[in-house]
Amino acid sequence: MSYKTGAERGAVKPVHADDPNGQIATKLRALYISVQEEAIPDRFLDLLEQLDAVEQKQSNAGMAE
Amino acid sequence: MSGTAKTDVKAEEPSFKREMLAALPSLRAFAMSLIGRHDRADDLVQDTIMKAWAKQDHFEMGTNMKAWLFTILRNELYSQMRKRGREVQDSDGYFTESLAQHPAQYGSLDLQDFKRALDQLPPDQREAIILVGASGFSYDEAAEICGCALGTIKSRVNRARQRLQDILQVTGENEYGPDATSAPLTSRAFVS
Repeated sequence: MSYKTGAERGAVKPVHADDPNGQIATKLRALYISVQEEAIPDRFLDLLEQLDAVEQKQSNAGMAE
Repeated sequence: MSGTAKTDVKAEEPSFKREMLAALPSLRAFAMSLIGRHDRADDLVQDTIMKAWAKQDHFEMGTNMKAWLFTILRNELYSQMRKRGREVQDSDGYFTESLAQHPAQYGSLDLQDFKRALDQLPPDQREAIILVGASGFSYDEAAEICGCALGTIKSRVNRARQRLQDILQVTGENEYGPDATSAPLTSRAFVS
């Protein structure tokens, strides 16, 4: 299954037969960075706040005893 | 400034959280590259945060938080995979998900091809090439994260590169020939 025309493929994938590893490395990093650059979803910020709050409460309760 | 043990601990709490936050973008990218699906990757990241938080006494401030979290995440992934069997692997599902819900992030069809190729690698090779090729870890650090020998990591990375080359060449230039699943197997048979 491919959505690309021959012209597009030629444009995106110039044939660097001498350095296929370079192409693979570039694509791998592009994929990785595309996720890394997303904003941290709120669910994780909320989760960390909750974990922190629970811990503070516990340590306060511990001191009160 | 003498600082009892208690004040020391208190001072460390916020920075543990801060360091964890700082490592989250790359942790998500690692999870996403390993699994290929946003929803499952983020569930795994959430499990990892919970585990790490519970184990924070084991973490030594000043050491590599990112490597520590990555280790927890990959151990958690493999323990979940063992529990669920192969259910975690779902290449058709992730492809649909990523096209339907995240068209902008993987706008390049070229990258979609790469994603599918990455998904065809055995898990140990996939994590090795991600750690070394994208996460920025040295071979030594990657070996430590995966709990294996340096030579093992090196050979996994080499095999991953070779395999990706094979797959991408086949899907790119030979679209009307053997399908993407059988072709790499055929070409591999000639290599080995």
